[in-house]
Amino acid sequence: MLELEKNSLSEEIENLVKQFGSERQALLQILQAVQRKHKHVSDFAQQEIARLLNIHPVEVYSVISFYSFLCSEPKGRNIVRLCRTISCDMAGKDKVVTAVKRELGITFGETTNDGRVTLEFTNCLGMCDQGPVMLVNEKVFTHLNPEAAVNILNEVK
Amino acid sequence: MEIKLENKKRSGPVLFSEYKRGDGIRKAVELGRENILFELKNSGLKGRGGAGFPTSTKWMLSAAANADKKFIVCNADEGEPGTFKDRVLLLEYPELVFDGMVIAGFTIGAQTGIVYLRGEYEYMLQPLEDYLAKVREDNLLGKNILGKENFDFDISIRLGSGAYVCGEETALIESLEGCRGEPRNRPPYPVNTGYLGYPTVVNNVETLASVSHIVLKGGEWFKKYGTDKSTGSKLFSVSGDCEKPGVYELPWGTKIKELLEIVGAKNTKAVQAGGASGTCIPKTQFDRMLGYEDAATGGSIIIFNESRNMLKVLKNFMEFFIEESCGQCTPCRIGNIKLMDGIEKIESGEFTFSYINNLKELGRTMQVASKCGLGQSSPNSFISILENFKEEILNTNWKGKENV
Ligand SMILES: Cc1cc2nc3c(=O)[nH]c(=O)nc-3n(C[C@H](O)[C@H](O)[C@H](O)COP(=O)(O)O)c2cc1C
Ligand code: SF4
Ligand code: FES
Repeated sequence: MLELEKNSLSEEIENLVKQFGSERQALLQILQAVQRKHKHVSDFAQQEIARLLNIHPVEVYSVISFYSFLCSEPKGRNIVRLCRTISCDMAGKDKVVTAVKRELGITFGETTNDGRVTLEFTNCLGMCDQGPVMLVNEKVFTHLNPEAAVNILNEVK
Repeated sequence: MEIKLENKKRSGPVLFSEYKRGDGIRKAVELGRENILFELKNSGLKGRGGAGFPTSTKWMLSAAANADKKFIVCNADEGEPGTFKDRVLLLEYPELVFDGMVIAGFTIGAQTGIVYLRGEYEYMLQPLEDYLAKVREDNLLGKNILGKENFDFDISIRLGSGAYVCGEETALIESLEGCRGEPRNRPPYPVNTGYLGYPTVVNNVETLASVSHIVLKGGEWFKKYGTDKSTGSKLFSVSGDCEKPGVYELPWGTKIKELLEIVGAKNTKAVQAGGASGTCIPKTQFDRMLGYEDAATGGSIIIFNESRNMLKVLKNFMEFFIEESCGQCTPCRIGNIKLMDGIEKIESGEFTFSYINNLKELGRTMQVASKCGLGQSSPNSFISILENFKEEILNTNWKGKENV
């Protein structure tokens, strides 16, 4: 990482600590903010957060590794999470899976070469009456069919 | 899909009945703490998050606790497969949920409310924040609420980050404290030692929404609906094979077959009551009623018609538990994987009946030996599906053999 990038990340984290506080209970909120912007929490970010919260970096890592929405390695600019749980499964999730994989040329768990999209499965999204369902970043899309899902994915930048 | 708070008002006996923002809080101030607790107790309200603990008892314990700070936590982690009623309450009836939190704060003497909103519901965050800002302007939140000296209460919203187990109340508290969402040993219970060590009431979204109505209209009114052991009404999240999936408010005690009729379910073979953690009810038992004393459910109702393969359904549930187990204790971490091995063996036809019986025994051990509700309930679907559909599942390749 460039020195300049490091400085700006440090500053960003300092601001988050000002916003959420330097107590332990601020940790998850700080991690969520970094994740939202950078799509991962880098080693350097983890060290900075640990330093400012006065905890061990391993503590920070262990929290990241627990939550499925946090990660320490970079992901695509857009994270697509398709619900794989039973009601969406019965509503035709498999057809959406096939179409999306074919269109993007990757499988679930992977990121497109251009870094545009990461595909993941997730569990029930609380939209079971309107399945199949997926989240694109934090937005929810319901009543998917193969074509609709592919169109949505082709729109994201 | 653009998400806004909606005004699409539904109708129903209790939760979806008439209510105006602030009415419950005004009535609460008029009644005073003792009377609120009396009405709650009289109402017989039990927790709607799944465990069914009497709400008045929880509130009395925390009201009695002596501490300089107390917290009200609204559990909006709604992660049980097939559950989406809290989504509807938050988006369409936020006044019921937030008024309920204010009433809880007033009753037990807490000044801070926290909504733990699942990360998957981040799209609701801004609309809900905007709503809270409006409520603050109207002085139904903030300092000296309704002009009453020292009636201070405010609410903040915190997001989860994609972990089903964080819906378990002690895991939720760990998560709020910035830690891994691993369930704690209980006791101590959150009512005494909760968020940051302070007395904390954790209630489900629907429980809090029910409280607003109960305080306004009385425990007697609430009890008119439902059964002796399951008073009031319940929101059911209905999905799967039916014409009209969605959220329905029905009195407790409604029979499964009545519900199926209402939602337009045809050729139904089984109903999963209570989500992946619940039990699978075959059609021979559709006379059973929904309630804490019979077919219990936090609200999830998933319907399967005759075309569904129950082994596939079970496999989907077990995948869920393997992914969502926090891995802290052995019965759950290893047990779920063993049950999955069994499912795969059945799929490939390489199983013996004694092996399946051993797995059911393992399931029963998990029910008692796991540390939290996740591992205690994950074998429910395994046991109920294998017992109720053994013909279909086990005898397919074993024609002529007697049942297990
Ligand atoms: C694995 C697991 C997940 C849970 N998820 C939720 C949930 O999403 N929402 C909820 O209200 N309760 C959930 N619970 C139940 C809570 O632990 C707790 O009993 C409940 O929030 C108490 O509120 P109530 O008394 O109003 O029902 C869960 C329990 C377990 C074991
Ligand atoms: S039962 Fe499962 S989820 Fe609960 S504490 Fe044990 S490993 Fe974690
Ligand atoms: S099963 Fe897909 S949203 Fe619930």
